[in-house]
Amino acid sequence: MSVSNKDTSQLSEHARQVIDHWVAKFPPDKKRSAVIEALRTVQHENNGYLTAELMDAVAEHLDLPTIQVYEVATFYSMFETRPVGRCHISVCTNIACHLRGSAEIVEHIEKRFGIKTGESTPDGKFYLKREEECLAACVNAPMMMIDHVYYENLTPETVDQILEGLK
Amino acid sequence: MSDDDIKIEVNGVPMSARKGQMIIQVTDPAGVYIPRFCYHDKLSIAANCRMCLVEVEKAPKPLPACATPVTDGMKVFTKSAAAIAAQKATMEFLLINHPLDCPICDQGGECELQDLAMGFGRDVSRYNERKRVVADKDIGPLVSTDMTRCIHCTRCVRFTEEIAGLQELGTLGRGENMEIGTYIERSVDHELSGNVIDLCPVGALNSRPFRFRARSWEMMQQATVSPHDSVGSNLFAHTMHGKLLRVVPRPNEALNETWIADRDRFSYAGIYTDDRLETPVFRVDGEFRPTDWATALQRVATRLGETAKEGSLGVLAAPGATLEEHYLLQKLARDLGSNNIDHRLHAMDLGDDDNDPPFPWLGAAVAELESADAVLVVGSHIRHEVPVLAHRLRKAGLAGSQINFLNPAGFEYLFPVHEYAETPLSQLQPQLVALLGAVEAVTGRRSELAVDRGAISDAHRRIADSLMSGDKSHVVLGHLATRHPGYSKLRAIATEIARLVGATMGYIPESCNAAGAYMAGVVPHRAPGGKPVAEPGRNARQMLAEACDAYVLLGFEPQHDTAEGQAAIETLRGASFVVMLASWLDPTAIEYADVILPIGTFAETAGTYVNMQGDQQSFSGVAEPVGDARPGWKVLRVLGNQLELDGYEYNNAAEVLAAANADIGVMRPDNTIARSPAINGAQYSEAEMPRPSRIYGIDPLVRRARPLQRTRDAKRTADR
Ligand code: SF4
Ligand code: FES
Ligand code: FES
Repeated sequence: MSVSNKDTSQLSEHARQVIDHWVAKFPPDKKRSAVIEALRTVQHENNGYLTAELMDAVAEHLDLPTIQVYEVATFYSMFETRPVGRCHISVCTNIACHLRGSAEIVEHIEKRFGIKTGESTPDGKFYLKREEECLAACVNAPMMMIDHVYYENLTPETVDQILEGLK
Repeated sequence: MSDDDIKIEVNGVPMSARKGQMIIQVTDPAGVYIPRFCYHDKLSIAANCRMCLVEVEKAPKPLPACATPVTDGMKVFTKSAAAIAAQKATMEFLLINHPLDCPICDQGGECELQDLAMGFGRDVSRYNERKRVVADKDIGPLVSTDMTRCIHCTRCVRFTEEIAGLQELGTLGRGENMEIGTYIERSVDHELSGNVIDLCPVGALNSRPFRFRARSWEMMQQATVSPHDSVGSNLFAHTMHGKLLRVVPRPNEALNETWIADRDRFSYAGIYTDDRLETPVFRVDGEFRPTDWATALQRVATRLGETAKEGSLGVLAAPGATLEEHYLLQKLARDLGSNNIDHRLHAMDLGDDDNDPPFPWLGAAVAELESADAVLVVGSHIRHEVPVLAHRLRKAGLAGSQINFLNPAGFEYLFPVHEYAETPLSQLQPQLVALLGAVEAVTGRRSELAVDRGAISDAHRRIADSLMSGDKSHVVLGHLATRHPGYSKLRAIATEIARLVGATMGYIPESCNAAGAYMAGVVPHRAPGGKPVAEPGRNARQMLAEACDAYVLLGFEPQHDTAEGQAAIETLRGASFVVMLASWLDPTAIEYADVILPIGTFAETAGTYVNMQGDQQSFSGVAEPVGDARPGWKVLRVLGNQLELDGYEYNNAAEVLAAANADIGVMRPDNTIARSPAINGAQYSEAEMPRPSRIYGIDPLVRRARPLQRTRDAKRTADR
């Protein structure tokens, strides 16, 4: 019933296994529930971003209209739909962090790399996410997350140290 | 009073309700208006716009009327200070990002947001921040987009998912960056997709062909009926200065509900084309020259009069002509002594016509299909033949009816299909016979049909079981069966199947008025009312295979609209005189037509169509005829007068209809067969099979509607 090009060859054997593992956890007519896990796996195997072809393949594999996969991929901030830098830097800009100066942190990182949020450094090392909502570390706001690791109580200086350490 | 019946109070007025209903579903029928954007009674409940907030006693906050189930004793206030304050606040939020471009928006004047802003909006905005801007999407030739105007009600998204059955639009991104779109640029292709134009409460999705043509308050709205398929979808025509500028659905739960097919909505574009015929023309020296009506009619009357005395006259009418035109045309033919008249232009098998039903009909009411237990459709690309009927089947299928097809491969249905028995068309007859065998096995009843039952497959057994699964089942023959060279046999076998399982037997009549053509006697073997004629004339096949001396052709183009196509033109060339009544100047007509008389399209004439459930639906002309074109019934009336025949004294279409109906009398639908024809093992080759009809190629008007010709469906089927 989907309108994709009926091609799932883009999916690796491993990705298929992971997706099927998740599909099995839901009722047969609720395959849509497995979209997030499917996209996570596929993105992971593709240098951290999704292509239209990959999303179509996921849709085909789950027997969904392609648009339902695009919807999920564009909704969640953990999915990227274009090539981005290797390290994903997400600075929380939600209310608590904002009150504690997250805007300054974002600006500092932008200056340091000469990029805007939503952009990657030309060498392909860093990617500064456009938007990140509360990551539940408000007690130690402001905070950021780099590749799933939390860094808290940030100041421009500590941010510099952290980023140096990553190089 | 059952347990499910409860009482609620709305603005102090007691109302009865059923458990499980939402507040808005109780207030709407009671005529208490609650503002809304996302709620639509044909779509699922999304409750995302919050415009319908109302006050409910004992609830701490205002509640959305579209998503709050009623409870016994509930007290609802739709106009209290708290309710109004909540509605105003919602409106203020909705307007934060909505552009103030109403003066250049086609929705202006018929916009739900504009109307509600008048009622609930503030006159000045408290926001000075920049409004958000969203890039427009190209979703095809029919629907224009101005996505900055979108208020994210998701009606369009829900339409594609729930009604069309193929989600083509989605909500992409989130928060301030959320957009409605397709992600990858592509057209929205479903054959009902134009309905999103009506659903969109703002000017985000509009009619592309209508873009910037008129303001809604400048136009007149008149009721009419779709000329493209036999559901007879009800339409409103919007006209300005006598020109038809737009078509929208006229709700009719029994037929089209609130939907119409894109074909019904956009075909009007074909009315105003460069090849529209504006004066009568006649052929001299290999070209058409314009002339005046008097000269043209005189010439036609003289030649037809001569033919009546000493030659054979053939009369062929499109099944899409009006009942009035059909009636006068057959009257003319018969007054001139000819029974050579037919409308079954696509039919290849016209033998056995004693067995024809009085008029072809669906065998059930359109709405009945929805509650069927099982349906068997034989030989029909139903989504292309009758899109709105396909939607009924879809609803039925989703609600648990078992929908079965006996069809060539490759027709896609966007709903659960119980069994799709694939067969090459040339094998349709043996397949149907095998199905009959399966039905006999299941029912234990024997059919008298003398034919070897052949190999019965599991698919046949499943269909047979399915048809026996309940007492509301229907067998329907589509165009691929009725145009089949073995049609009369298919019909007899299908009728037997229906009889044995106790199903209704029905047809999908061609175009919008094939049923009317039968009633009016536009067949060689029956006069109006289905009365047999003493000496049946020649049928369409015969007339198009071997030339008559003179022809009258009404409303079709032989190369596209007959089974013979090009061969028909060859035959017509052999006639000594051919007069066409047509709305356009078809260049190939130069090969055979001597005179062409310009007649109005469905929009430019009053008339009546009889649909697939036998309803006569009359309508008046909504637009001025282009140039010197005249309604077909008037032309035929004057021809009758010129030929000095009796009984052509009609002042208007209603008088023609009255005369026709007096002649027709009472006709009861009846698809039974008096006696079975011989069913021998006829062999057919794939080459002689009818082609599935092109959704946007079925009649001269649709073929000229440029927006429809630009759709993917038109391009995909162009080679048929
Ligand atoms: S485009 Fe129209 S119908 Fe679709 S979500 Fe936006 S406002 Fe609603
Ligand atoms: S607001 Fe930043 S972690 Fe909660
Ligand atoms: S109509 Fe109730 S929330 Fe939109």
